Amino acid sequence: MGIQRKAIALVSGGLDSMLAVRAMQEQGIHVEGVNFFTGFCVEGHTHAIRKQDQEKQKRNNALWVAERLGIKLHIEDISEEYKDVVLNPRYGYGAHMNPCLDCKIFMVGKANAMLNRARELVADGGFDFIITGEVIGQRPKSQRKDTMPLIARESGAEDRIVRPLCGKNLPATLPEREGWIQRELMYDFSGRNRKPQIALAEKWGLDDYAQPAGGCCFLTDESYSRKLGDLWQARGHREYELDDIMLLKVGRHIRPAPNYKLIVSREEGENNFMEGYRKQFHTLRPISHGGPLTLVDGTPTDDDLLFAARVAARFSQGKHADTMTFQIEPKGGTAFVVSIVPIRPEDFDPKWHI
Amino acid sequence: MSETHQYDARGLLCPLPVIRVQSLVKKLPEGDIVEVVGTDPGILHDIPAWCRVHGHTVLSTEQRGKDYYVTLKVGEKS
Ligand code: SF4
Repeated sequence: MGIQRKAIALVSGGLDSMLAVRAMQEQGIHVEGVNFFTGFCVEGHTHAIRKQDQEKQKRNNALWVAERLGIKLHIEDISEEYKDVVLNPRYGYGAHMNPCLDCKIFMVGKANAMLNRARELVADGGFDFIITGEVIGQRPKSQRKDTMPLIARESGAEDRIVRPLCGKNLPATLPEREGWIQRELMYDFSGRNRKPQIALAEKWGLDDYAQPAGGCCFLTDESYSRKLGDLWQARGHREYELDDIMLLKVGRHIRPAPNYKLIVSREEGENNFMEGYRKQFHTLRPISHGGPLTLVDGTPTDDDLLFAARVAARFSQGKHADTMTFQIEPKGGTAFVVSIVPIRPEDFDPKWHI
Repeated sequence: MSETHQYDARGLLCPLPVIRVQSLVKKLPEGDIVEVVGTDPGILHDIPAWCRVHGHTVLSTEQRGKDYYVTLKVGEKS
């Protein structure tokens, strides 16, 4: 009986990384997972915020995968360091604000750092290699035959990175040369066809896995990316805090003028979530009629806040009323109540919607 | 003698409560108790799932008003 070899796997919560782990378990490798929290993850947040989604999607998919496969999962908060990946990607963006190639290099690099200081993570020994669920040709920008060696090199993982789902089509890695794993037992999946993965999942009795549309994070989402671009443009610099990017996930974002925007809650869950931010923003609340909480971001003047209340009125039950009362609480100031005229539909410019 | 620790994760959205609890538990000896309170109902699912994969024991989960509570006992460190 040889030494028990150990691998650390990037676990996103999706099917590919799940199969990659399982394929290595089949070869007798002890696997532990790592899941990186970038701040843009689709996991958790929106589901937790939006009441209508709560029943549908409560679980954290990465944890669910770990449980199904019987592996440990370490969730790492990389949101601070990740900013540099989003703001200055060396290899540019994909279709939207998604810096997928830089992101992969960064995450594999992180896993590689963990591998190198593994004794901090697990008391009883280190890891020997890294596993990812990458498939050649699956993503046009980041998962290609020529990006695989690039990721391996730039992350520092070199030949200690194994992609079990397409390993047969890639040069031999250290674990293969050392005989820790067998090349013949890996796979040769390629392209965007998901059938081989689905068949493999069926073979191993894995069902109910998450199938995120598009990608694993909000940066692949067009509307989200547009809001992020708008935020940078309005502030005049490309920076963000975790709160900023969380708030881009909720509410309607409406910018009637360059110096401020409204975030209008769409339902109770968002309302509760946004209540937590009321001290950091100007807030608008309808008093005379039912309606959502609105946060105002930016540097609105007093007149702007009055106009913002008229705009917010469109989303309240008083939208057809002649007048409404609103409570306006300027950031750091004292709340006051005003009477306003809800903006007429023809005066609401659809271009204000971000 | 095992100790009881409180962790306030109110205002944090999943998976941040799990990440913070993970960092705390990493420093604690087996047998210590951690009481987590949060506002994201997701903690009722995520923290127990995290405990199951790491071998910690969930002693209770409950909702009190707008807050959610999970109490766990630190398991054997491996
Ligand atoms: S979709 Fe998002 S998390 Fe996934 S590789 Fe691209 S940038 Fe990274």
